[in-house]
Amino acid sequence: MEDKGIRFRIIKDRMFFLFIVFFSLLCAAPLFLIFYYLVKNGLSSISLDFLLNLPKPVGEEGGGLANAIAGTLLLIVLASVISIPVGVTAGIYLSENKKSRTASYVRMFAEILQGVPSIVIGIFVYLWVVVPLGGFSAVSGAIALAVMMLPVIVRSTEETLNLLPYSLKEASMALGVPYYRTIIKVILPTGFSGILTGVLLSIARISGETAPLLFTAFGNPFWSLDITRPISCLPLEIYQYAMSPFPEWHKMAWGASFVLIVIVLLLNIFSKLGAKKWKVQY
Amino acid sequence: MIREKIFRLVLKFSGLIITVILMAVFATLLYKSLPSIRHSGLAFLYTGIWDPVADEYGALPFLIGTLVTSFLALFISLPFSLSISIFLGEYYKNGFFSNALKTIIELLAGIPSVIYGFWGLFVLVPIIQQFQLKLGIIPYGVGMFTSAIILSIMIIPYSASISKEVINMVPADLKEAAYSLGATRYEVIRKISLPYAKSGIFAGILLSLGRALGETMAVTMVIGNRNSIPKSLFDPANTMASIIANEFAEASTNLYHSTLIQIGLVLFVVTALISFAGKKIIKKMKRDIG
Repeated sequence: MEDKGIRFRIIKDRMFFLFIVFFSLLCAAPLFLIFYYLVKNGLSSISLDFLLNLPKPVGEEGGGLANAIAGTLLLIVLASVISIPVGVTAGIYLSENKKSRTASYVRMFAEILQGVPSIVIGIFVYLWVVVPLGGFSAVSGAIALAVMMLPVIVRSTEETLNLLPYSLKEASMALGVPYYRTIIKVILPTGFSGILTGVLLSIARISGETAPLLFTAFGNPFWSLDITRPISCLPLEIYQYAMSPFPEWHKMAWGASFVLIVIVLLLNIFSKLGAKKWKVQY
Repeated sequence: MIREKIFRLVLKFSGLIITVILMAVFATLLYKSLPSIRHSGLAFLYTGIWDPVADEYGALPFLIGTLVTSFLALFISLPFSLSISIFLGEYYKNGFFSNALKTIIELLAGIPSVIYGFWGLFVLVPIIQQFQLKLGIIPYGVGMFTSAIILSIMIIPYSASISKEVINMVPADLKEAAYSLGATRYEVIRKISLPYAKSGIFAGILLSLGRALGETMAVTMVIGNRNSIPKSLFDPANTMASIIANEFAEASTNLYHSTLIQIGLVLFVVTALISFAGKKIIKKMKRDIG
């Protein structure tokens, strides 16, 4: 150590500690500010009318976002149906083939896919789904979201299964259970809570995605649950209302943001609770 | 035995789907941007005039917009994310404070980007406008500086969580050795933990840069969407992601579309390289320790 007085060194240590604590706690400020404004401006726009009605044209009082809420839920369900089976099986594949070279490439590709900007996924789905189908549609939006979910599910499934003890599989194999039944009946149920957590977190991540939906799901001011037609959803409505010049629409955007953040928070809480509830002891 | 084989094939097939998607994204973007590459060539990257009506496509303003906002955001977020990672990795590894801060970080990471943009537009922009009035410059409010602030809030969780992990990996005996020599905590962090975790921290910063480069909605909403080369930090501009978000659905000609896709291709290649390099560095670090 350099030759400096011990008192100087201790003061420096204290100052550093204060610096670290200050900057760490300052990060809470934007979070609280965001929540404060969402609650302050959002809560007042929420009413039964808001949740159950369709949007009205500018200038008319009232109106709601029932179509956007239904659209968001529909997109989430469709995306999950597409990506959960593929993601979970790919996760099993990676954790069952830890040493294989192909698997290491797949793992790397999944990591890269996770880093691809969502707007690029939007272009990709536009070119492969929207153009061939001849127009914007809910299903194309769901596919874009599914592509975004996929790497998250793969990764969390793999990590969960990697933590399971090998003896579990050995015990099952020793009883003469075939390999595929071991995976389906022993490994998957044991890892269920971890896989569920990953799935819920990936849903939380995509439920607020907007960029890939701009030119896939596109948005729709009317009630529609037809998957071949454009569909409305909360993030798109927030974007459109926020960028509009009308104060009534800004109020709608605050309301929509509030609903969206509640959905995202609930998904986060469920994922934590689910992880505890279905945790298997071994 | 047949079931066994089918099962293994299904597993392998789902792994292949991911590979195919990634390859297809790259191939599609490349193929669809060929008309633009043929039309503009490399000039695409260094001309500053964006005039789709006259078929003039120079992406320089967007390159500048993207790089300035991303690096500024990185710069602003650095003291915060490093502090958090040291807070969680050295001072409070567990307990109430650690859990509270972890929850805050998780929530920050969970807020959708469109809400960041919306909040920025209605809360941050007026504040910046006041600030600009005091400075005596045109009070746009929206612009590169505002975007960088929003971006920096959004990337703090990423770099913080990665740096925290690598700071946690610093072997305890190294730190104990320093303590036994009479080092203060600051000296241990400064001379042992940070140098040891250096490459991992760098990887975390790199990965959060990848996030910032590709972030679309929040930036699109607060950057002001102007297609010329910005002259000051407070000017409205456009990033590569925001120009796609703004103009892709309206692009009328093939060439126009193709140019926007080419911007997407550049984004894809850059972010793919960044995540590849970042993960490689972290993997190497884990291997060196374990």
